[in-house]
Amino acid sequence: MQFLQSVLLRLCTTLITLAGVAVIVFFVIRVVPGNPIAMMLPPGATEADVARLTALYGLDKSIPQQFLIWLSGVVQGDFGTSITTKQPVLQLVLSRLPATLELSVMALIIAIIIGGFMALTGTRLRGSKTEAAIDIGNGMALSVPDFLWGLILILAFGVLIPIFHISGRVTPSLPLPFSTNFYLTESLLRLRFDLWLDIAAHMFMPALALAIPLAAIISQLLKQSLKETMHLDYVTLARTKGYSETHVILREALPNAILPTLTLVGVQFTFLIGGTVIIERLFSYEGLGNMAIDAVINRDLPLIQGIVILFAVIFTGVNLLVDLTYAALNPRLRHA
Amino acid sequence: MLDGRSAIRRKLPARLVLSATWLTLLTLAAICAPLIAPKDPLAQDLFLGQLPPFWLQGHEPGYLLGTDSLGRDVLSRILYGARLALTVALTAGTITCIIGATMGLLAGFLRGWVDILISRAIDIWMAFPPVLFSILLIAVLGPSLTSIIIAIVVIDWTRFARVIRAEAMTQGAMDYVASAQVAGRTRLSTMVTEILPNVLPTIVVLLTLEMGISIIVEAILSFVNLSISTDDPTWGGMIAEGRASIHQAWWVLVFPLITLFLTVLSFSQLGEGLKDRFDPVLR
Repeated sequence: MQFLQSVLLRLCTTLITLAGVAVIVFFVIRVVPGNPIAMMLPPGATEADVARLTALYGLDKSIPQQFLIWLSGVVQGDFGTSITTKQPVLQLVLSRLPATLELSVMALIIAIIIGGFMALTGTRLRGSKTEAAIDIGNGMALSVPDFLWGLILILAFGVLIPIFHISGRVTPSLPLPFSTNFYLTESLLRLRFDLWLDIAAHMFMPALALAIPLAAIISQLLKQSLKETMHLDYVTLARTKGYSETHVILREALPNAILPTLTLVGVQFTFLIGGTVIIERLFSYEGLGNMAIDAVINRDLPLIQGIVILFAVIFTGVNLLVDLTYAALNPRLRHA
Repeated sequence: MLDGRSAIRRKLPARLVLSATWLTLLTLAAICAPLIAPKDPLAQDLFLGQLPPFWLQGHEPGYLLGTDSLGRDVLSRILYGARLALTVALTAGTITCIIGATMGLLAGFLRGWVDILISRAIDIWMAFPPVLFSILLIAVLGPSLTSIIIAIVVIDWTRFARVIRAEAMTQGAMDYVASAQVAGRTRLSTMVTEILPNVLPTIVVLLTLEMGISIIVEAILSFVNLSISTDDPTWGGMIAEGRASIHQAWWVLVFPLITLFLTVLSFSQLGEGLKDRFDPVLR
């Protein structure tokens, strides 16, 4: 019962947060200088044309009125119409979302693989030069954000040793037989490994740039909790039973050390998704973030609004999921 | 117990020394930019476009690190770009620190409805994608130095508020605070005289880290061409130009990137190094 209550409370605060985001973004973008209507009309347009179009987009009403109209639309799943492309915002945003989701999940997987490997190696070789090197590497990776790693990767693997693609999502000349925008997933399901390779080669650099800081966080935290676990009695017992050190780390210590890392990964994943905005720009990757920057530059108010809200939904959704999973896994919190 | 003096006598860690040295050199270079820059950072010369750095074939004497596609001297532009980067780091970092730390102290120590309000605001802020939010703010405010500073303050105050709130809550539960209250101090005076000195080390560490972050934000904004006017040299602007001409003139990207990398790394290492020194357990 108490668990249910805390879940409901958590849902309420999430809704308040989303409402707050909606209000702030709505009012902030309404003070953007530059008339988007004037920008979309040809040079010879008359005053009457401007007025007609302004009325069409509802921009002639007062800002609170516009907000109510927009809100009642959102409740019905209508996020308005993009000013630059004249397509429904929801449709545009959903068409780009798969690209960003695939990139983020790919980055998360890379981060977990690298970070996990570093943590396990560091624990296995405690006190050695390798561990010291891993610590220094972690420090470096954490100090520098994804934007700079992206640029360094472009230089290293796009120019110096050109083995990966550094711009776009897929080679433009390739015919795409896809019915969804989850290119990477769909190419795999359709067993088109040639396409999958091309898409993965495009995605690898931006995903790695996003993954490096998170990998360092995972490596640092997991190594720390592994080391703490390694001193516990039951681990010593396993060791005296004659199990190898690697077996002890993987089978005995890891299951106990992994929970704090998992929660942190959940929270850090939202930061990673936030990072896709500039990384997509840097790698000309056709995702949500790249579209968002274009929307800001073109003063496409309904589109900006839709994208920011979608990001906020993703962020709060991930956080909610992490909290609930943690509460469900941790008996102490379940009764708190 | 060790006293403070033995901590000072202990050898300074290399990363503190190295990062402080780099930042000092950079600051001096930024201040003296008009004196030491070999060329005018804005002077274009289309006959001298995309000259390579001095050790490569085809370089021109006087252009140590080569030129960009408009024939502007890369070294001079980096030096002038440092002025903007460091100005943003100092002003935006400090203002963010003051506002964020105040919010955190108020929320963590006063608790009650102040805490509810500030925490709710932090939750809402955390739901914004930061890079997109800053780009949006610059679009609203118009590109200028003031806008960059405002955007950084508006977005990053939560970094301080979250951490300082938690620290103030821990400190607020300690006995010394209770005794200050018993002695008849007001809540606000206790906050300033008892809590603030105890969270000050954390504030200093966060401030150092925030300076590095501010420089990145400025670089990102000028990378998407939304920083200050497009003529003035900025590291991010140079990086954007370098990204565009990467296959013809890599040096236009590499040198500002190295400078930016070292500067951000230094601020971060300085912050981490200070954290270790302030930590009473490690001392």
